[in-house]
Order: sequence, then C-alpha cells, then structure tokens
Amino acid sequence: MRVLSILVAAMLLALPARAEVKIEEVVSPGGITAWLVQEPSIPFMALEVRFRGGASLDRDGKRGAINLMTGLLEEGAGDLDSRGFSKAVEGLAASFGYSVGPDRLSVSGRFLTENRDEAIALLRASLIEPRFDQADIDRVREQVLTGIRSGLKDPDTIADAAFAELSYGDHPYGSNLDGTLDSVAALTRDDIVNAHGDVLNKERLYVGAVGDITPEELGTLLDTLLGDLPQKGGTMPGRTDMMAPGGVTVIDFNTPQSVAVFGQKGIKQSDPDFFAATLLNQILGGGSFESRLMEEVREKRGLTYGVYSALAPRDLAESYVGRVASANERIGEAIDVIRDEWVKAAENGVTAEELKNAKTYMTGAYPLRFDGNGPIAKIMVGMQMIGLPIDYIATRNDKVEAVTLEDVKRVAAELLKPESLHFVVVGKPVGVENTTDN
Amino acid sequence: MTLLRAALTSLALLTPVAATSAEDQVTTFTLDNGMQVVVVEDHRAPVVQHMLWYRAGSADEPKGSSGVAHFLEHLLFKATDKMEAGEFSSVVAANGGRDNAFTSYDYTAYYQRVAADRLELMMSMEADRMRNIRLTEKNIETERDVIIEERNQRTENSPRALFSEQMNAVQYHNHRYGVPIIGWMHEMETLDMDDALSFYEIYYSPNNTILVVSGDVEPEDVRTLAEKHYGVIPANPDLPTRLRTEEPPQTAERRLMFRDPRVSQEYVARSYLAQERDAGAQQEAAALTFLSEILGGGTTSYLTEKLQFDTQTVVFSGAFYRGTSLDDTTFDVIVVPSPGVSLQEAEDAMNAALDQFMIDGVDPEQLERLKMQLRAEQIYARDNVDGIAQRYGSGLTSGLTVEDIQAWPDVLDAVTGEDIMAAAKRVFNREASVTGWLMKEEGANQ
Repeated sequence: MRVLSILVAAMLLALPARAEVKIEEVVSPGGITAWLVQEPSIPFMALEVRFRGGASLDRDGKRGAINLMTGLLEEGAGDLDSRGFSKAVEGLAASFGYSVGPDRLSVSGRFLTENRDEAIALLRASLIEPRFDQADIDRVREQVLTGIRSGLKDPDTIADAAFAELSYGDHPYGSNLDGTLDSVAALTRDDIVNAHGDVLNKERLYVGAVGDITPEELGTLLDTLLGDLPQKGGTMPGRTDMMAPGGVTVIDFNTPQSVAVFGQKGIKQSDPDFFAATLLNQILGGGSFESRLMEEVREKRGLTYGVYSALAPRDLAESYVGRVASANERIGEAIDVIRDEWVKAAENGVTAEELKNAKTYMTGAYPLRFDGNGPIAKIMVGMQMIGLPIDYIATRNDKVEAVTLEDVKRVAAELLKPESLHFVVVGKPVGVENTTDN
Repeated sequence: MTLLRAALTSLALLTPVAATSAEDQVTTFTLDNGMQVVVVEDHRAPVVQHMLWYRAGSADEPKGSSGVAHFLEHLLFKATDKMEAGEFSSVVAANGGRDNAFTSYDYTAYYQRVAADRLELMMSMEADRMRNIRLTEKNIETERDVIIEERNQRTENSPRALFSEQMNAVQYHNHRYGVPIIGWMHEMETLDMDDALSFYEIYYSPNNTILVVSGDVEPEDVRTLAEKHYGVIPANPDLPTRLRTEEPPQTAERRLMFRDPRVSQEYVARSYLAQERDAGAQQEAAALTFLSEILGGGTTSYLTEKLQFDTQTVVFSGAFYRGTSLDDTTFDVIVVPSPGVSLQEAEDAMNAALDQFMIDGVDPEQLERLKMQLRAEQIYARDNVDGIAQRYGSGLTSGLTVEDIQAWPDVLDAVTGEDIMAAAKRVFNREASVTGWLMKEEGANQ
C-alpha cells in the first residue's frame, strides 16, 4: 500500500455529504430525537447511537472503568449470558458494535428488516440491562490488561501516551482511556455499574438511522430501545487547554525506527475560522500525497513512509497534531523539515494555486464518504453532536468556497506557532536532543 | 464473521422481499486485447471506484529481487510520457478524489474513488501508466528509501510482524509465499531501475489485467470508455504463464521460537498448509472457511468456549483462513495465554481442544447460525459495492473465474458438518505445520 493512513483524526467538520441526502428529524412519542434517512431499497437498516462524554466521565481513581464497561455491554444481558447473547445476535444475522472514545460512547447496529423487532430487543437489553457478571468482568479485564501491557512496549502507544500527558496533564484527555495496570486491576463490579450509569442516559444521547424504516416505525423503535434510560448521567469534566510547551521529549526505546508525535494548540470547531484552518491543514499536512509535508519529507527526501497532520478539536480542548516515523539516523532531519514547513506557512501563508486545489479537493470529496447506510448514520450523529443544522449539507461547500487567500494567511499566522511545537520522539534517535526534564 | 463476509459475493434469496441480489449488480466482459472487465452497479450516489488489478504480485518476482512488485507499485506514481512525477495523484485530488494502490502475493492493484463523471479521466491516466512510465535514478533512490521506511514501520518496529514473517518462511519450503510481500531488507536495499522495469515489461499489459469499476455507472458506458482507453493498448504476446515453484510433500513438523525484548505478550501460533479455492473445486475451501469460524470466529466459537469459558487458560484464541489465493494457503490458530500460564501449557491446551473437537464434531446449531449470516450477507453486501469489487478483483487474480466467484455462496451453503470434519481431518496434519512461540528475550514465562 502506498499510503498507510495513520491519523484518523477528528476532522468532524470536514465530513462531506451528497447534496441529495434527505435528512428528516424524528421525535419519538417519548420525546427522543433522531435524524433519519429513509433508504428502502435494501431490506436492512443501520443505527448509530452515541452518548456524549465517553471515557472522560471516568470517576477519580477509576481510569479505565468506562472502557471496561463498554467492552462488557455485549457480554450478556437480561436472561442471556455472554455466549447466549452472542448466539442470539448471530441467529438474527445482526451485528452490534460498542466502542468508546474520549468524547463519546458509540453503539453501531445493523439488522435486517425481517427480524428488526427481535434485534432491537437484544440491543435494548445490552444497553439497559447488561449483566456485568463477575466472571465476564474478570475475563474481559484480562483482555484489557493484555492490551495495556502490549502498549507499554509499543513505540506508537508510548509516544501517544507521553504526548497526551504533556498536553493535558491530569485532565482525562491526559491519559489513556484504557486505564493503567493498577487502576484496571482494582476495578470492582460496583465501579462498572457506576460507569454504566454515568455514561448511558437521555440528556447526552444522539441518534442517527439510515435504511428501510419509516419515521413512525423509528419513533416506536426509539422508545422501545432507549425509553428506559435514565434522564441524567455523571458529572462532565470541565474544559482544559493544550499545555505542552515547545520543545522535544526523547523517550529511549530500542527499535530501529523512531516514531514522533508532534503538536501544538488547535482551534475550536465552532470558530468562524475553522474552515480556513481546515484548508490550511489540507495544504500543510492533511492531504495524502499532495501536502507540503509529504512532498518535503517523503517525496523529495525519502525520509519516511508517511507524515501527516490534523486538527484535533475535541469537546473540551483543541490541539493540532501530527505524526512521522523515520529510521533512528534520519528522524532528526525529518523533524527539522517539519519545523521549517511550520515556519514557512506561518510567515507566508499558502499560494493561490494551493488554496484552489485544496478547495477543489474538499468540495469534490464531499460525496465520497457517503458510501453506505452505516457511514451515513455515523455522519448524521457527528453533525448533531457538534451542533450543525439539519440542512448543513446543502450549504457546506459554499462555506469552503467562501474562504479567501487572506483568510488562510491570517489564520496561518495566528494558528501556527513553530516555537510552541512539541515533538515526542520514541526510539534511539540520532542527534535529537531532549529539551525537557524527564 | 469478518472472514466469511470477505469471502462472499452473493447468495440464494433470503426472503421474497429481496428482489435483487448482489450478483444482479454485476456485469462482466472481455476486451479484444484480453483485458477482463467487471462492472458493479450502485446508482444511489454519484460516485465511482475505478480499479485496475494486475495478475502479478510478490510471488511472481524473480529470485533475489524480493519486494520489486511493491517497489514498482510505488514507482507507478512517478512520471510518464504525459505526466510529471506526482501529477497522477495531484490530478485525482484536484478532482476531489482519492487514489492509492496495494500489492499482495498474487496481485497488484491501483484504484481511485471519484465523482462518477470523472471516470474517463481516471481511465486515461491509468491506461497511460500501464505502458509509459519514465523513471529517473533519483526516483529509484528516493523511493527505495521510502519503501525501506515502510518496512521499518510495518515490520522492523513490530515483533509480531517479524515473528509472522519467520513463521511464513518456515511454512513454505519451495514457494514464494515464504518471502514477505514487502521484501527482505537486504534485497530491498539492492533493488534498482533494471529490476523495476524488467518486472514492468513482463507483467504490465492489458491481457494481464482485470478492470473493476463499481458505483454509479452503466456497463455499456464502461465498455465504450474501456475500449477507447485500454482497448487500444496491444496485448503482450510474450506474457508468461504464471508458473510457480510448488511445495514438495511436507513431511516434517516444524517448531520455532522467536525472541524479542519488545515483546510484552507472549503467544503461540500454529499454521497448517491448506488448500485454497481452486477454479471449479471450491468445496474444500468452503469447508475450511466454516471450520475457521466454528473454531475461532468469536465469543461462540469452539476454542473460545474451551479455553476462555470452560477454563481460563487463554485471554484470546482465534482461527484464520484466507481461501482466496493462487496457490496453497494456510490455516492458522493462535492462543494467547492467561497470566501464569506458560506457552507450553497454552499449546497443550490448544492441542487438547483441537483433539476434542475432532471427537465432538460440528454443532448443528452453530452451523445453522453461520449459514443464516451468510444468507443475510447477500442483503448487506448490496450496501457495499466496493466490497463486491474487491472480491472480483482478488478472486480473478487468484486463479478463479467469474463463475467460481458467483458460485461461491452456493458452494458455502451446501457445506455439511461432515464436509467440515473431513476437511479438518485433512488440514490438521502436523507434518505440514509450523508451531511458533513469540517470546520475551529472557525465555518462556514460567
């Protein structure tokens, strides 16, 4: 593969969509809101349910509880034990996915029209009455601990963890949501039950549905599936700021290729300049082959297989981050080139030609990610969670087109802070000096 | 179910509601110069995916030039007579599209996803680079550094990847599947212009390709465009038959231990040489596809039940089989021991569970659930035409015919529990197996 996509970062506002997607808002008799795209041509539907807050709702000293709880949602519910639940889902040829991130817990369902009621009954049980049997807690906990232990010896995970801690310290964003070996080992069933109550509730609920279902049917479905959720959840943490100082942190690790994660403060999704910043990043490091970073670090110098940057606006803080990997002897040069590009863009902005190409890409790529019921359901929930209007899709390309060269130049000067750029380098980098005390 | 999904194209109708099947979306034909064309229609969004698959992969490389198929894939993004280096991807991006490429043992494929009205532009550029690349020594030097960094990233930095590479090398005595797709580092470092161009001249011609177009297109329009852009390229009369060195009978069980200080979680892996899907004879592969799901496909699988639920010997177990392959493939089993369980104990438990499975046989209810999922996949597949495109591309480059690919769901549906047990008996032959321990440097975790 010519490009390995390393950063699947949170570029939520860049979500493209085709203009003819017809989204309707459905409010259930019980008062639950969902966005729906009817697509009756294939007899199944995709359902995306998200709860804001995600793993950042972990209570003090209980890091990893929400992640473990999420892993247990499919391990038995109601009168079905773990295997009983899986067998029931398989027998319906449905699939349910449960995942958690720093800002949300996501539930992705896919099921046939012909047995939709049975599928919804199972999905409901997993969300409303999960069993959290002790044997299952212990079994899944061991899987989580295995993952944590592997991460402690994985250069990518080491780099991410160090960068997160430098950026956000004691805030939940500053640590891995898996938790630590100690914190996860100490979790009790009560902690799991609390985690469930803290995250799954109606006040932070968002729903998208795409497929073979009418608005009326969806209304009934929503009440059946989610009507018994509690109204309120746990206490959300407050906002924070990305606080890593400029510099370099070297973490010694014996491996042939150094991994570097770098970044600085970012920009809010709701900022009027967010589109200008997105176009700037597309040109600087967001594109696949066309970005300045790829051109300078890979195409001209052959220093890496991939170098990327991305805006990472989260609910409670914003950063602008990137990643590169080069042989230990060459990572220093890669870092120098990246810094230089940061300086050049901050001082000179971008060219009219670059901006034109970036706009053509962003607007032209608009329909490409609407490739299936599941992806469309996810996009609609993403739109709701960042407060976009239901008719946003029709206006989005105009907003991209409205960005001027002067806008990008101004935003580049304001946003890009080469002196604030921090690199965490994991490996045996040659000629790269640590600038921090660690 | 991931493995079964990937193996499917379409199935017998599940309900009367499902008036069309995935197969109804597919049209195939062949151009006069031998280029095979597959069109998969989905008119719900104005998007198209254009893929060109070459019947040439790493297993077709000459000895001593491992990695050249993948190296050439990178170099196809450099200049041609008509385009500058990098221009291909720039044009795709400037048209709002995305492009990339990938190389495997049996194929190399290039693709673009773009608005449907840009299909002709994609074809004209793809046809151009089939015959007209122009490389410089600087391209070779820089891009060789890039693929070396790619190997660093994928393999050298990952003890699991290094372990898997050693397992494969030991599995195959005489077949190129034993050599990594990306190449051995010492051979990659010597790849030069001649290596790349020689591979290009031999394998890059229309009679060695499959064009797969999926999305908002009409088959007749694709035919017209394909004839215009690809049809004018003459066939290569000297295209060699894909003759590969074959495995001799494997008569010695092999074991290996791989140690690396970067290993955190030790585990046991075993691979057995296994029959792949053969044209006109896919029954054995169909049975093995079910076998992998039954043994190690998830929470309800046999190994999980024996090793994670009945006892807590392992924290993870899995079974894997990739049937789409030109030559003999492998059937793989993996167990990750729980804390306090040694690799030897985990391997003993795995062996005991496999032995017990040969006594217990297939649970009919489990097989019925798997078949229900296969039938449902006919419906879900219609929502993912690019997935259908992938199955045709990989199937047709792996020695299968269109008929084989279309028959595959029925072949799967006809598999019985007895078929699965018979296939299991044949494939679990320790003399054709490799057992590997991935270990921390200091030794087993006793």
